[in-house]
Amino acid sequence: MSRVPRILEVRTRILKKNDELARQMRQEFLAAGVFVVNLVSSPGTGKTRLLEETLVRLQAQGWRVAAVVGDLETDNDARRLARSGAPVRQIQTHGCCHLEAHMVQEHLKGWILDSFDFLFIENIGNLVCPTSWDLGESLRVALMSVTEGEDKPLKYPGLFNTSDAVVITKTDLAEACEFSPALARQNLEAVRPGVPILETSAKTGQGVAQWVEFLCRRRGELLQPNRAPMTSLRP
Amino acid sequence: MHELSVAYHLVQTASEAARRAGAARVTCLRVRIGVLSCVHPDALEFCYELAAQGTPVEGARLVIEEVPVEVYCPRCRRQLPLKTIQKFCCPQCGRPTADVRRGKELELASIEIPSSHQHEDAPAKDVQGPPLEPPQEQPSQADSFPLASDSQESV
Repeated sequence: MSRVPRILEVRTRILKKNDELARQMRQEFLAAGVFVVNLVSSPGTGKTRLLEETLVRLQAQGWRVAAVVGDLETDNDARRLARSGAPVRQIQTHGCCHLEAHMVQEHLKGWILDSFDFLFIENIGNLVCPTSWDLGESLRVALMSVTEGEDKPLKYPGLFNTSDAVVITKTDLAEACEFSPALARQNLEAVRPGVPILETSAKTGQGVAQWVEFLCRRRGELLQPNRAPMTSLRP
Repeated sequence: MHELSVAYHLVQTASEAARRAGAARVTCLRVRIGVLSCVHPDALEFCYELAAQGTPVEGARLVIEEVPVEVYCPRCRRQLPLKTIQKFCCPQCGRPTADVRRGKELELASIEIPSSHQHEDAPAKDVQGPPLEPPQEQPSQADSFPLASDSQESV
């Protein structure tokens, strides 16, 4: 009499709970007409700075925007972003290195999704951990700054390969850092062929208009495929 | 160290599967981790022991299968393993391709449970698990948007 163990095929995604919640949230966002953008980068790349500028410019064009921002501690970033006049909430993870769908969901409570056109999720500064977690976004954007070097995409291919677009930030410092945009683009193209790449300096404003236009176009493609450009729709 | 979160989810998923099968404990977990999942096998093993404590999974062996990245080349019409994840191109013709077919997995493949007493003499056999899930959905990525028109986005 041998006691052979039984093998049970399970074949279930380990993050199924997160993925299912994220899928449900995505459906709610799309039904409400909210275009959700998940911003991911290492700490200090300038996510908050670019987002400050983005919130201001989108609102100036008549878009209704909101943001949730993740950090381990402090609400410094939320206070910075709130100066734009947009509704902003801080997610403090107290040590957790990434955002999960339920954290975002909890911090959206009380907001009426229908009243937003764009929702930005600023992830925890980290180029590894946020990769596995779907937050229900429609667009995941990876950011890299010129101060980090051109080879960031080669060092962290997982994140860059699974992003929908890449923004190179702080281009006003490119020369001082001897940063080669061409080499950075080549590396990005290597780990994610065809990925849209934008270059911005939130400080000088260079490239920010193109970034904002990119967001509006992507939103239009997803949410209003048959409608005219938003400039004719919004005051 | 997001592996701790992943480990908790893993233990939960395995415990649920065991409970559905009427098993009080699990003796082995087999997981499949894609190279692009950004989960490190050693870190997961370390966190797994912690996460398993006090659950039906405690003490169960963790077997990790690393899944290499495979891309599809539309020109060669073949799915092939990448030579390096620093360059996403067809290993045969060299043409760049973003069509990743394997390597993003983060999946509990199977669990082993002790045979129940009433079946002690019966040969080991597979028990029907829950229905197979669709391929891992990553809606925020790749195929959500056409790429060609945006490939030369610049300022």
